[in-house]
Amino acid sequence: MPVKAVKPYSFPAKDTVDKFPAPLLYIGWDEHLMFCAPHCIPVPPTLPFKALISDILPGIYGYHPDFSQIDWSRVTWLKSGKPFHPDMEKSVAENGLKHKDVIRFCTPGLRGIKGSCS
Amino acid sequence: MDTQVKKLGLKERYAAMTRGLGWETTYQPMEKVYPYATYEGIKIHDWDKWVDPFRMTMDAYWKYQGEKEKKLYAVIDAFQQNNGFLGITDARYVNAVKLFIQGVSPLEYYAHRGFAQVGRHFVGEGLRVACQMQSLDEIRHYQTQTHAISTYNKYFNGMHHSLHWFDRVWYLSVPKSFFEDALTAGPFEYLTSISFSFEYVLTNLLFVPFMSGAAYNGDLATVTFGFSAQSDESRHMTLGIEAIKFMLEQDPDNVPIVQRWIDKWFWRGYRVLTLVGMMMDYMLPKRVMSWREAWEIYGEQNGRALFRDLARYGIREPKGWLDAIDGKDHISHQAWNTFYNYNAAAPFHTWVPTDEELDWLSAKYPNSFDQYYRPRLEFYREQHRAGNRFYNKTLPMLCTVCQIPMLFTEPGDPTTICYRETDYQGDKYHFCSDHCKEIFENEPEKYVQSWLPVHQIYQGNCFKPGVDPTQPGFDPLMAVFDYYDLDFGRDNLDFEGSEDQKHFAAWRGQALQNTV
Amino acid sequence: MSNVFIAFQQNEEARPIIEAILADNPHATAVESPAMVKIDAPNRLTIRRETIEAITGTPFDLQQIHVNLISLSGHIDEDDDQFTLYWKH
Repeated sequence: MPVKAVKPYSFPAKDTVDKFPAPLLYIGWDEHLMFCAPHCIPVPPTLPFKALISDILPGIYGYHPDFSQIDWSRVTWLKSGKPFHPDMEKSVAENGLKHKDVIRFCTPGLRGIKGSCS
Repeated sequence: MDTQVKKLGLKERYAAMTRGLGWETTYQPMEKVYPYATYEGIKIHDWDKWVDPFRMTMDAYWKYQGEKEKKLYAVIDAFQQNNGFLGITDARYVNAVKLFIQGVSPLEYYAHRGFAQVGRHFVGEGLRVACQMQSLDEIRHYQTQTHAISTYNKYFNGMHHSLHWFDRVWYLSVPKSFFEDALTAGPFEYLTSISFSFEYVLTNLLFVPFMSGAAYNGDLATVTFGFSAQSDESRHMTLGIEAIKFMLEQDPDNVPIVQRWIDKWFWRGYRVLTLVGMMMDYMLPKRVMSWREAWEIYGEQNGRALFRDLARYGIREPKGWLDAIDGKDHISHQAWNTFYNYNAAAPFHTWVPTDEELDWLSAKYPNSFDQYYRPRLEFYREQHRAGNRFYNKTLPMLCTVCQIPMLFTEPGDPTTICYRETDYQGDKYHFCSDHCKEIFENEPEKYVQSWLPVHQIYQGNCFKPGVDPTQPGFDPLMAVFDYYDLDFGRDNLDFEGSEDQKHFAAWRGQALQNTV
Repeated sequence: MSNVFIAFQQNEEARPIIEAILADNPHATAVESPAMVKIDAPNRLTIRRETIEAITGTPFDLQQIHVNLISLSGHIDEDDDQFTLYWKH
């Protein structure tokens, strides 16, 4: 349903990819809601996916006592809520991640502070 | 000769003051003089059917508003003269006042502008008069709140740039974008959004139990302006419900339009009130009732009575109604956690509640608090004591519509964040709920323009002019705080160790003891 | 059946109004909170000018209630002698 307006109503979208230094990626850690919301970070499309894990996620999530215990081989991923199998050696773009995509990771066996999903 | 003049009754006085003041224009066609009266699709056949049930006329309005002002300013004067702020329960309380001046008072000013604008654009005189009065009320609220809170600004941090912050700081984009959404709608949608959904259905939750809580915490100034404002709200709420009835009775074609607006604006307002839930449960050292209890009385009971009554027009409860009820055990805790996370970027203080307060929350939230929220608060306290206070340093993902960080969980599952998204013109847009998503999908052209603070920071639009982000050692977050005019280490961070805490303890000590 | 409600500031000007409401509406209940009184009543509640005047001994204009009113819910019917809150359904 379009906006009702007295004149033609068309304005540019504020957050298209050309306006950012790098495309945005949203990322959330399931069942660890101590981090109140998923995060938003600009990620160069050429960044290898494994570098996301080794170089970027520790700065975001390293404070949590569960983080150092993550067995990355058992981690499962979702993209837009659907199963996602990233190739660690390939880049973020080669894994099909585009501007404003959202991914989540689930760490089996780790359920936050005292199992509270925090 | 009979010199006695018969006094007009209330209904006659109202008719004399609000009817026959308008006319059909002749130099210009009516649709050019009232260009916004019809484009929303609302059909009005007889403007005179709109009646203010209070039958307030301008002369009576000035008289009673004048009395309210005299009473209010007498209290504010006494409060200021006698250093009333020393009588509050605890300096933590002042942080609720900070949120009020930062996030609520600017909305009063927006409401003033909004009613001045729509009052101009309605054709019927009765409705124009009511909008004019409300426009005046709203600027009065903005002024009295500024005056009442100015006494706190002399002694506490976190209030000195409240208007500057309103236009820039991330969480203040939530109330700001809410109101700007309403202000940029047509006059009938504005009335539905502000007069009905916000004033009638929701403001009781802010002004009644929260203000009673202010009284309980010894804040005479705030409770007085709060109740003085709310006495006007009674009139505004009445305008809201009359406006809804008026639209519904004028033409059956209006019903689906009004229903969609009710769905939208109930949810928009409910999301904004998340802040109030947090203020009630965490920021009042002495509590009158929990957010959950207030929601049950003023949200559920009252809302149910209202929508039962409107059912005769074919209006049902808003679509988000059940999800709103589901949220009552959670949203205040989820919101407090968000500000605890991002307290470096917020010009007020947060803290972990005391043990006694945690017990109170456990008792008030038996279905949620111990299981989901208490463990992390206790963890935060341990870490803070060990010198490792948690600050989340990476910016959060925001909902495109309500602009709140994506902190809300799935209805029925408080362990999982609620993610919703849609594709529009080649880009993805994300939402906190089905209802924010639906609002977007109804008017995507509007919300693709959302000024989302996190995205604006990444686009480089939140630095002061002349700042060079390519300089070596550039700290983007500190540059953003500089742009905010946030005084780092004084306005923000934990209450524990804050200047507010130290000052209040010293001043209260002086108030209770003689010093040599 | 739904409740209507009206809330007043807890002060000397509101006291006779609250007394009059409770006298005229035996089905109503008053709940006190800090600084305020909220009166709930099933379906309907009426404020009568004459009852207030009988308590205070002075003339009362019903619109004076605005000065100390905090909030209300329900439809309104007001004239010079009475002020009624009600739900139709």
